[in-house]
Amino acid sequence: MLTLQCPYCGVDAEETELTAGGEAHLKRETVGASDDDFEGYLFMRENPKGLHFERWRHSYGCGKWFLAARDTNTLEVFGTYPAQSKEPPKDLRDKISAKRPGWSWREFK
Amino acid sequence: MRYSGFKVFTEGLTGNKGWKPVWRDPEPKSEYDIVLIGGGGHGLSTAYYLAKNHGLKNIAVLEKGYIGSGNIGRNTTIVRANYFLPGNSEFYSHSLKLWENLEAELNYNVMHSQRGLINLFHSDGQRDAFARRGNAMINQGDDAILLDREGVRQHLPYLDFDNIRFPVYGALFHPRGGTARHDAVAWGYARGADMRGVDLIQNCEVTGIDIEGGQVRGVRTSRGVIRAKKVAMVAAGRSGQVAAMAGMRLPIESHILQAFVTEGLKPVIHHVVSFGMGHFYISQSDKGGLVFGGDLDFYSSYAQRGNLPMKEHVMEAAMTLMPMIGKARVLRSWGGVMDMSPDGSPIIDKTHIDGLFVNCGWNYGGFKAVPASGWAYAHLIATGEPHETAKRYRLDRFRTGRGIMDEEGTGSQHNLH
Ligand SMILES: Cc1cc2nc3c(=O)[nH]c(=O)nc-3n(C[C@H](O)[C@H](O)[C@H](O)COP(=O)(O)OP(=O)(O)OC[C@H]3O[C@@H](n4cnc5c(N)ncnc54)[C@H](O)[C@@H]3O)c2cc1C
Ligand SMILES: [Zn+2]
Repeated sequence: MLTLQCPYCGVDAEETELTAGGEAHLKRETVGASDDDFEGYLFMRENPKGLHFERWRHSYGCGKWFLAARDTNTLEVFGTYPAQSKEPPKDLRDKISAKRPGWSWREFK
Repeated sequence: MRYSGFKVFTEGLTGNKGWKPVWRDPEPKSEYDIVLIGGGGHGLSTAYYLAKNHGLKNIAVLEKGYIGSGNIGRNTTIVRANYFLPGNSEFYSHSLKLWENLEAELNYNVMHSQRGLINLFHSDGQRDAFARRGNAMINQGDDAILLDREGVRQHLPYLDFDNIRFPVYGALFHPRGGTARHDAVAWGYARGADMRGVDLIQNCEVTGIDIEGGQVRGVRTSRGVIRAKKVAMVAAGRSGQVAAMAGMRLPIESHILQAFVTEGLKPVIHHVVSFGMGHFYISQSDKGGLVFGGDLDFYSSYAQRGNLPMKEHVMEAAMTLMPMIGKARVLRSWGGVMDMSPDGSPIIDKTHIDGLFVNCGWNYGGFKAVPASGWAYAHLIATGEPHETAKRYRLDRFRTGRGIMDEEGTGSQHNLH
């Protein structure tokens, strides 16, 4: 059972309480964006085997969206953080570095 | 004739020592005309038709594991042509025709069994939608029969017809739908390709794709550098990682789909039964096991195993539909990595790199596509032009918004199929 801690209400939520929302930190493109950027935002995905930053919603709980860092291969969870974050918080990045030295994901490392 | 009842009998008495490998195990050459990345169903059928239909010889299939280790050996084996949208309709219709001749074509028993597919419905609205789908299937030249409740009862007397939430109203019956033995499909195509000179190279992981001046030059692998004039990606759930080697991102997310099998039972389920409202479907293998499955786990995963909530959901759906199944004991469950596309339809196309081709986005339904996908992909690779039946499977449809094929009508966005 996948369990993620909701950073808002603090509950350790099981996957049955949660809804997955796909890749996180997408840059929302809008009017005036190039076709490339718009396609990238809507459809193209990193889809990594390994470390993945992703969106989740605590649907059957407090209802909030939040973000998580998880390994798509081992299913290990590194941590969760608020949806308003522009990048994964420093302590989470350090925690990942301890386990996955030299990791990088899109512009983050 | 290579196999016979007599041969099985005599081999059984002599310790099964007389069987010979049915394909070669060649060392990779330093250069090929065409290299296929991925030895699943689609890679093998593509190699076969490149050799057979286009007379090409100098071809290698590079497979990181063994032949049959991917989704080709993990699926629930359903073969059908009940698609609705132009683009899908003609493609799967072509595929089913190839299936109907596959055993003769490959001289291999793939145990293709057209036992009939029954898609249940539980409301008037669903009946209308299925009637419309059935008409589209008939227009395409395939078969579909709308069954009422009593019609379903004649085929499937064991269902809970008066289930309080999902009473059975009727079904769309597709008599030519059925199952096939998935490993045999891989082996049959593998042997056929090998006999036509294709090198099947197992335990050979592609780790890089070499590109110079916008032209593909070859691949780097765990068994050395292999140069190639054309490189064709056909890695199903691993497509995203393979494309990344060419600096590409794809409109693909990889998710886990689970499947289950019970202990062997006497014949009890004679069709493929699909209970869409419960995300549940079932058939019985020739060995007697009930083979069934449900929906995705719904979060990105390469784990090749699923989690417990979906198992529970599938078992509940099974009990809802056919309470008798509670007597059967589940023997095994497993998962496969699915290449999910935003509109639920596949991609068979060139890329912006000369000589580099892409075949992916098979979602849950790529087993039935194995013959037609190989046929169309081989045509594209050999001639540079899309095959008639697959010309709508364009990579740029998400960019342009033209020709999106959302068969389920749920929206063309990740996570909706
Ligand atoms: C549980 C389950 C049930 C399903 N049920 C059905 C069904 O009933 N009907 C249906 O039509 N479809 C079904 N499918 C879908 C179907 O199995 C797939 O769409 C189809 O098999 C995918 O194509 P493939 O056979 O080529 O994939 P695979 O067999 O996965 O082939 C891809 C190959 O590429 C190899 N590869 C990956 N990366 C590399 C690399 N870097 N170098 C070299 N090789 C590499 C992999 O090892 C793998 O062997 C099901 C799938 C699952 C998991
Ligand atoms: Zn919460």
